[in-house]
Amino acid sequence: MALDALVEIRDLNFSYGERPILKGINMDMHRGQVIAIMGGSGSGKTTLLRLIGGAVRPSSGYVKLEGNVVHKLTRDELFRIRRKMSMLFQFGALFTDLSVFDNVAFQMREHTDLPDPMIRDLVLMKLQAVGLRGAHDLMPAQLSGGMARRVALARSIALDPVLIMYDEPFTGLDPISLTVIGNLIRRLTDALGMTSVVVTHDVQESLKIVDYVYFIADGVIAAHGTPSEVRESVAPFVHQFVHGEEDGPVTFHYPAQAYARDLRLENSFA
Amino acid sequence: MQRSTMDLWVGIFVIAGIGALLVLAFKVGNLGTYSASDSYTVTGSFENIGGLKVRAPVKSAGVVVGRVTDIQFSTDTFDAQVIMSIDSRYQFPKDTFASILTSGLIGEQYIGLAAGGDEALLKSGDKIMKTNSALVLEEMIGRFLFNKASEGDGKEKADAD
Amino acid sequence: MPRRIVIGIRGVGHRVIDSVWRLGYASRFFLLTMLKSGTSLRRFGLIIREVYFTGVLSLIIILVSGLFVGMVLGLQGYETLQRYGAESAVGTMVALSLLRELGPVVAALLFASRAGSAITAEIGLMKATEQLAAMEMMAVDPIARVVAPRFWAGVISMPLLAALFSAVGVFGGYLVAVVLIGVDEGSFWSQMQDAVDFRYDIVNGVIKTCVFGVAVTAIAVFEGYDASPTAEGVSGATTRTVVTSSLAILGLDFVLTSFMFRGMS
Ligand SMILES: Nc1ncnc2c1ncn2[C@@H]1O[C@H](COP(=O)(O)OP(=O)(O)OP(=O)(O)O)[C@@H](O)[C@H]1O
Ligand SMILES: [Mg+2]
Repeated sequence: MALDALVEIRDLNFSYGERPILKGINMDMHRGQVIAIMGGSGSGKTTLLRLIGGAVRPSSGYVKLEGNVVHKLTRDELFRIRRKMSMLFQFGALFTDLSVFDNVAFQMREHTDLPDPMIRDLVLMKLQAVGLRGAHDLMPAQLSGGMARRVALARSIALDPVLIMYDEPFTGLDPISLTVIGNLIRRLTDALGMTSVVVTHDVQESLKIVDYVYFIADGVIAAHGTPSEVRESVAPFVHQFVHGEEDGPVTFHYPAQAYARDLRLENSFA
Repeated sequence: MQRSTMDLWVGIFVIAGIGALLVLAFKVGNLGTYSASDSYTVTGSFENIGGLKVRAPVKSAGVVVGRVTDIQFSTDTFDAQVIMSIDSRYQFPKDTFASILTSGLIGEQYIGLAAGGDEALLKSGDKIMKTNSALVLEEMIGRFLFNKASEGDGKEKADAD
Repeated sequence: MPRRIVIGIRGVGHRVIDSVWRLGYASRFFLLTMLKSGTSLRRFGLIIREVYFTGVLSLIIILVSGLFVGMVLGLQGYETLQRYGAESAVGTMVALSLLRELGPVVAALLFASRAGSAITAEIGLMKATEQLAAMEMMAVDPIARVVAPRFWAGVISMPLLAALFSAVGVFGGYLVAVVLIGVDEGSFWSQMQDAVDFRYDIVNGVIKTCVFGVAVTAIAVFEGYDASPTAEGVSGATTRTVVTSSLAILGLDFVLTSFMFRGMS
């Protein structure tokens, strides 16, 4: 890949108050690629997406988008660049006061002067892609969790952005929708030459569609590689993650003081 | 379709609200009876205005023709200058007589205008020459008692004669 | 003991600094809302939609309360005035009380608890469910798209609601005094018209309601936008909206009244 990366992340550090979340992340994401980011719960994946989108500022290092350092942009420039990207939020974040149709049409109405009939056709096409064309009249409250995520997906691809960040697009989907959505992400990326960043826990499904995988643990990139490299990897970390084992380098627990101390057992050791 | 019913409701709401304002202005308030825009002001000096207030009505033959707009005390003449604005539909002769009257026994005080016979009419900024002060209840009672007393004196004298 | 005092003073100090901070933030937020109102004023459909939710949906409570307040005023006014043989002045009393004080104030209090709390809860929930963050990521400014239309809708609705409240209230007074008790209809209206001045009473009342409308909606949108994104954060913000705007209404009413009606009539 001789081409410049669409997204370039260098030495990215970030902390919430005193607590460091990310410690020196380096990544490159190219056009036409689907990139998976995996890692334990609370490892900072959503935070990384928020950094790429410019919603939070890094404490050091930078994210470059098409050559622009994201956190140095003015608000207007940031908004201009955000029109070319979109994000599927972990919990959907559908606008609850708008119908499914209006949710998908939202950005078209805000950012374009397209006539209503054309917006209508576009919206129905996007909804068709996620299998919910028939549900365009419903309000978000009338959708199931999986349906809501699919609507959110349709909304995030509404304006054919160059970069889409999916925060856990597969949670709450049945195996059939899961395959359909996975293939949709792949096809969109190929057809439009965009870049897709997929945060996911669904190792098996994502390994089928992605080009590259990053594993995040303890704020650093613990491992990375193509799907075939990952499958064959003997690194204990990757092995644990891919096979979902309880014991291994990845800890299930949020950092805490010694268990015995929390349970006030220390005296009994005396 | 849901949108249009919403628009309809908002339309009804706005019309009803503005209608309510108009009702308040014309039916409850005095906008219907006289308009402040087309008026002229005249001044009258009164020795005593009693309880006259700004905004008190100016009436002629019982019809409201204007309002008191300002009341000042003059240190030159040591009397009260009452400025009133009168609807320009109503023109009065120069020698109009202005007196401070009371509606009912303890009611509001107002200015009554009694037209004179002059050919020339009052113009904006003119001064009303002939005025009659307010009747102050205490003074009236005092005068009444005094009259009674002097009447009594007269009777005694007559009796003595 | 002195330690406790120190802690107490420190607590008070924290509170004071915190509220000054919030006030400054709120002012900046208010200014931003003004600056970013262009979008919603250009796309008036956005405001119309919100007028429906703040104005139209508040109609019933406003109309019913107005009617009852007017009827009570009619009863009480008659009760008191007839002792002085001035029962025909009951119309004057009802109209002046409503136009100068009760209309603007009671309508604004009802508006704060009906529409203000709804605005806060809605914006707070949009924040809690990341809808505002999603909007930001879509390069749409939530202040322009969510806050400003609600603000202007409140500012438009409030005077209309208060006018309806007063009008219905006068009608309620008429029902009780004229229809029920039998005060002479002619003197009911004519005395009222003699005493109520358009500029002095009605325009001043409308100015009051405009000020209240700005205050209540500004507080409501700010509390919603500033709410911490949790269930209790939103419910706390909703309560604060009702409490703060009620206090603001009563305080502003005193200030405005003392400017408008000082020593006259
Ligand atoms: N607003 C915040 N303030 C303080 N800490 C936060 C905040 N948001 C997230 N964190 C912390 O940052 C860490 C990373 O959060 P993040 O949401 O990025 O995790 P994640 O990798 O997306 O996890 P998951 O897979 O469960 O969604 C977590 O430990 C969390 O406690
Ligand atoms: Mg997450």
